[in-house]
Amino acid sequence: MRLTLHQIRKSFGPVAALKGISLEAKAGEVLALVGENGAGKSTLMKVLSGAELPDAGNMVLNGKPYQPNNPADGKRSGVNMIYQELTVAPHLSVAENVVLGSETSSWGFVEYPLERIKAVLAQVGMSDVDPHMPASGLSIARQQLLEIARALMFDSQVVIFDEPTSSLTAEDVKALFQVIHFLKNKGIAVIYISHFLEEVMEIADSYTVIRDGESVGSGAVAQSSIPHLIELMVGRSLDDVYPKIPHLQGDTILAVSALSGTILPQNVSFTLAKGEILGIAGLVGAGRTETIRCLFGQDAVISGQISIRGKVKAQAGWSVFEALDAGFDHLSENRKEEGLALNLSIAQNMSLSFLSKISRFGFLDLKKEESISKNWVNKLRLKSSSVHAPASSLSGGNQQKISLGRILELNNDIFFLDEPTRGIDVGSKAEIYRLIQEQASLGKAIILVSSYLPELLGVCDTLTVMHKGLLSPKKKVSEWNHHQIMLFATSGVFENEPAE
Amino acid sequence: MKNLIVKIGPLLALLAVYALFAAICPPEFLGFYNFKTIITQTVIIGIAAMGMTLIIISGGIDLSVGSQIALGTVVTGLVLNSGGEDVMSVGGGLAVLAALAAIIICGLCGSIIGVFSAKLKIVPFIVTLGMMQIARGVAKWLANEQTVSTPQNPLQTLMIVDPDPAWLVFAPGVWIGVLLVAFTFIVLKYTVLGRYTFAIGSNEKTALLCGIPVATYRIVIYTLGAAFAGVSSVMQYSNLTVGDPTAASGMELDVIAAVVIGGGSLSGGEGSAIGSITGALIMAVLRNGSNMLGLPNYVQEIIIGAIIVGAVALDKYRNAGK
Repeated sequence: MRLTLHQIRKSFGPVAALKGISLEAKAGEVLALVGENGAGKSTLMKVLSGAELPDAGNMVLNGKPYQPNNPADGKRSGVNMIYQELTVAPHLSVAENVVLGSETSSWGFVEYPLERIKAVLAQVGMSDVDPHMPASGLSIARQQLLEIARALMFDSQVVIFDEPTSSLTAEDVKALFQVIHFLKNKGIAVIYISHFLEEVMEIADSYTVIRDGESVGSGAVAQSSIPHLIELMVGRSLDDVYPKIPHLQGDTILAVSALSGTILPQNVSFTLAKGEILGIAGLVGAGRTETIRCLFGQDAVISGQISIRGKVKAQAGWSVFEALDAGFDHLSENRKEEGLALNLSIAQNMSLSFLSKISRFGFLDLKKEESISKNWVNKLRLKSSSVHAPASSLSGGNQQKISLGRILELNNDIFFLDEPTRGIDVGSKAEIYRLIQEQASLGKAIILVSSYLPELLGVCDTLTVMHKGLLSPKKKVSEWNHHQIMLFATSGVFENEPAE
Repeated sequence: MKNLIVKIGPLLALLAVYALFAAICPPEFLGFYNFKTIITQTVIIGIAAMGMTLIIISGGIDLSVGSQIALGTVVTGLVLNSGGEDVMSVGGGLAVLAALAAIIICGLCGSIIGVFSAKLKIVPFIVTLGMMQIARGVAKWLANEQTVSTPQNPLQTLMIVDPDPAWLVFAPGVWIGVLLVAFTFIVLKYTVLGRYTFAIGSNEKTALLCGIPVATYRIVIYTLGAAFAGVSSVMQYSNLTVGDPTAASGMELDVIAAVVIGGGSLSGGEGSAIGSITGALIMAVLRNGSNMLGLPNYVQEIIIGAIIVGAVALDKYRNAGK
């Protein structure tokens, strides 16, 4: 047994992030750590790396207690993290990056053991790379491999991957998996964190599922299945998560033809009816968010036409103001950076797009603002001490409800929801799914972009897939099968056979 | 409870500084005349700090305030002299015109800053660093590199500690300052402009997403902020009774310090009119008390520097506790 965790607990103030996590990572095996966003994976990562100290529980590495006080400590003990966000220093050379943090020096001068560096680069499949070139010249995938090379320099016992494939192409994923196999064969214990269950089935030997800060199940991957893992992750049957509210599709409200942005999207055309929930699937970086941003006037449009209710509203793009005016509204994928002004209050955030409704001669009606936001706080079951509490004091799910409240109060006809459930707990997710269904039943037209396929299949009426800026034809969700979706997402090939 | 302490933190600091000097200074420090002096000495920085509060809350900065004030004094002087060199005194009409001219020229500086930072997306630090030099240069050019002496006029009475009529109690400039603090307070709390200022400073992308014309509002905020500096320049003129292109050198840092001590955050989204005026008062009390104790200038500088860093460190500390 390489690394064992027993009943790890960690709280931040009153919030218990980890309520008892146990897991076992064996040498020469890949352990998949799966869980919904918000289940506690990132806190667990921090505890494992030494960035946070656990409140209770113990960790054992190679039979000895493992108690890192900081990430450097963790590395010295042989536990290395490959983070989701790249930690390559772009201005330094490849060799400098490989030894970063493990530099040896003589007389104060850094030594670059070139032979050793070349050897580890070769181990991660980068033997063709000149160690002296700047790291910024490498592709994203290779920068990630460079991080693995860095971990190898440290004589790692345990290597932990955090969602490593979220920004990789199918080919890069293959290369990465080869390296992971190599690590396995070297006797390293690999912990693989992901919510792409297909990948987990492919690469992992065993799994541990965590939910709401607890480990709720573990076993051998060979004896599990994707639906089994999902039910463990979600903690309830799938029907409870995806409520169905009957809604009818009306007339076509939005028609987009040949929309092209600067790089993405390319020549995108589709139509959307009142009461329709259209899902857009695809890999990260396929151009889904860019499509939404072009439609909403945030990114430049090179060519194309946007028609609403049969009338051409925009030729080759417009501004956000015009888009809002025409009846669009947008929930950004990036809640913290774009969706919310975090140090403003709940009420101030909610009212931001309709201040004209609650002001006269430039003066705000603060009472009206308060009553409107209280109304949405109640309706959306947003948990907070008061509508004057800063948005930053809320959990991810409740923050997302602020943005939703803003959109619902503005009450436009066409909603773009970009990853509305990213990073929020299962309960809030189910509430957001219900809300989407409700809005469709009120005749709203909704586009839902998500990287989480079960959610698209559970919530949407129709689905299209995006691959490198190209949009597949639209079909009813029931007419797609999993294979067809992944095929288009990874290669852009549209296979139109009826689903079995 | 904790929230309350945070809110009145700068006020407590002001009281503490005042009490400290009251204990170690000669008794004149506590006299009403000295109280009036301190208040009057706060006016110039306090008014400019109101403008800076708007700018800093919106996530910007204006390093050119000192130069703008100098330019304003010169323009005030030039307008007052427009009747010719032999005039011994001018009336209220021309004085008001001179003051307006100073406010407009500063507002113009602000508009230029706004356009360059909002439309051309040059970081405000650089734009205003440039404007700091340009406004100073223009002031020297207009004044022929010397002070502009002016005929007697009503503007010169704005900053007199014992005003005439006496029932005003405080100098007219103080009352103008009080009005402007109230104005800023109301703008920030009760108007759309104020809300947008917070929103843009807190998260510009969110503001854009919500359909707020961010660039336009930035220009408005810089223009309004600079107009406050224009009012300060009139007060500065009143103090000097001449137009001086070398006046108020480095004053922008005092103005920024007042905002920061008062709880303004240089990353935007935080700050208040009351906080900033309290910050300005703290510095004025420090200067006044130190002078009364006969402490050399450098001691004041060290103390003020320590207070700025201390105020921000405290702020960080309480934010980390959240």
